[in-house]
Amino acid sequence: MTAELRTVKTPAEQALSDAYTSARANLPGKGVFATLREDAFRRFDAKGLPHRRVEEWKYTDLRALMRDVKPLAGAPDASAKARAKNAGKLLAGIDCRRLVFVDGAFAAELSDLSSEQGLTIGSLADALAKGDGLVTAHVGKVIETDDAAVALNTALMGDGVVIRIAAGTAVKRPILIDFVSGGQPVSIFLRSLVVVEKGAKALIIENHDAQASQINSALELVVGDNADVDYVKIARGQNLHIGTLMASIGAKAKVNTFGFTLGGATVRHQSFVRFDGEGTVAGIRGTTLLKGKEHVDTTLVIDHAAGRCESREQFRSVLDGESRGIFQGKIVVRQHAQKTDAKMTSNALLISDDAEADNKPELEIFADDVQCGHGATSGALDESLKFYLMARGIPAKEAEALLIQAFVGEIIEAVTHDGLREALLNAAIEWLKERE
Amino acid sequence: MLVIRDLHVEVDGKQVLKGLDLTVERGQVAAIMGPNGSGKSTLAYVLAGKASYEVTGGQVLFDGQDIIGMQPDERAAKGLFLAFQYPMEVPGVATMTFLRTAVNAQRKTRGEAELSTPEFMKRVRETASHLGIDQEMLRRSVNVGFSGGEKKRNEIMQMAMLEPRLAVLDETDSGLDIDALKTVSEGVNRLRSPQRSMIVITHYQRLLTYIVPDVVHVMAKGRVVRSGGKDLALELEAKGYAQYQDEAALAS
Repeated sequence: MTAELRTVKTPAEQALSDAYTSARANLPGKGVFATLREDAFRRFDAKGLPHRRVEEWKYTDLRALMRDVKPLAGAPDASAKARAKNAGKLLAGIDCRRLVFVDGAFAAELSDLSSEQGLTIGSLADALAKGDGLVTAHVGKVIETDDAAVALNTALMGDGVVIRIAAGTAVKRPILIDFVSGGQPVSIFLRSLVVVEKGAKALIIENHDAQASQINSALELVVGDNADVDYVKIARGQNLHIGTLMASIGAKAKVNTFGFTLGGATVRHQSFVRFDGEGTVAGIRGTTLLKGKEHVDTTLVIDHAAGRCESREQFRSVLDGESRGIFQGKIVVRQHAQKTDAKMTSNALLISDDAEADNKPELEIFADDVQCGHGATSGALDESLKFYLMARGIPAKEAEALLIQAFVGEIIEAVTHDGLREALLNAAIEWLKERE
Repeated sequence: MLVIRDLHVEVDGKQVLKGLDLTVERGQVAAIMGPNGSGKSTLAYVLAGKASYEVTGGQVLFDGQDIIGMQPDERAAKGLFLAFQYPMEVPGVATMTFLRTAVNAQRKTRGEAELSTPEFMKRVRETASHLGIDQEMLRRSVNVGFSGGEKKRNEIMQMAMLEPRLAVLDETDSGLDIDALKTVSEGVNRLRSPQRSMIVITHYQRLLTYIVPDVVHVMAKGRVVRSGGKDLALELEAKGYAQYQDEAALAS
């Protein structure tokens, strides 16, 4: 009797179990990968969906929030691909290498696979099926975590991108990994691997326009010594999105990540970043714009496992309607990671009386010679600033929009690619216009 | 142009203006002097329409129309400008964007067409060069990291771009060294015209040697207690405000 196993299994948990059981035989990868999936599934099944008594998920009770599970995505049909071809208006002006996934499946015919020295691109489904060495070496191994959402991803991972940038290669154009919807609400489990070797340089853009689909997307990022990596993730959608970044960073590297989130019913962006070598400088930033009953949770675990690294964590959210914005940031400085310099700030701007911001910064410092700090604010628009703008003839609504735009604009400034920065700023401006 | 009759204003439940009367003619530069706490800055904020200042009685007629109850942006579009004593820092909004938004918002409210980009740029460049404001400053966020003098020059630049019919300068001299004071005063004098009135609020006579007023009003305890020509400022400098404090106390 199933009742003996887990009396509290929710319909969504049961549906996920059923999905795994029926899909297991057809999921890509045999041998070690099948074992990896099986182990991950067992871990997930034992714990179920994360809920409010799991400290890391206390503000995002998936057991309560995830009411149903959409059917697992099948292979996209011609009409889904036709829709996908014209998606991605937001980034249309940027000269980049676009890799397209339709409902989570790699669409080679819609992707730019022209060859470039030092750059290898493939699909995860292919790599798992072939038992590819890079995937074998890294998938499931970059960050050790017992996170249930990651376990679920590992169990059901269907496709994703596998990119290797060889030592010393400066990739010419930004690489855009474009996850587009085929139109039907489905359940998608994406797993990607990006390996940037020593001294290589790249800008990776991950774009999700999921519409009504449920997404669980994980990216494992391996950054070699002296590498220079920019990673920007854009997420828009109306349903469920659970995104995980798992990154290990070598010595003297330069890494900047930026998360740009426009809405979503239930969204969790979690980043696990570990510094493995000394002298690295990293910026982990993002901004979130929410309205209605949207719920977005940004959670960071930044692990300074090596000394002399500098990290800056900066997040800003704009909360309208009855939305809820959550920021949890934990910085860990290991005992031997001396001369760590870490500074985390999160600022929430509440533009409605019914919005809610939750901030949970944490520092766990085991070294004695470090500089670490955090600051969090949440508040309404500054009335005296608004008066200053209005006294110059700018009407109230426009003055508010300009101040909100400035608030998020300051953080978007951190995106170094001109076209991308402008695209994000324009998307924020569009969002503000819709508000009026 | 501006007629204020028996104006009563409360701030946080405290009566600050207590029956103020003041008339400013078209093209006139009127100085308002007075000791700290006499209500000079309150008058400036009330004219601009700051929400926390509650008008409990009286009238403020601008071109014959009572502006009490109008939003600050509507007043600005009608041609009223306040140069702030403490200009606000607006992080993330470039000075150029701010100027352009303000100029075009006012034009839109008045039913005029927006300024074309070349026309706007030409005017900004001219105005900025008169005030010694370089292009780099225009690209920076409004007043962020500006010195006291730069902030005041920026206020005058906004005034020049917005071409108000009535400008209220609230202690524009405060925090300025002599060179900055000269630059700012020259900027203001350049904007004097038979069509434009100005109210120059100051604590000290010093500013009025550079911006020579047509009339001087003395405020004390929330009212105008004396009016006279520009020599009144010199008299105040010599004798101080003490006598007016007493007179106002006797009158109230």
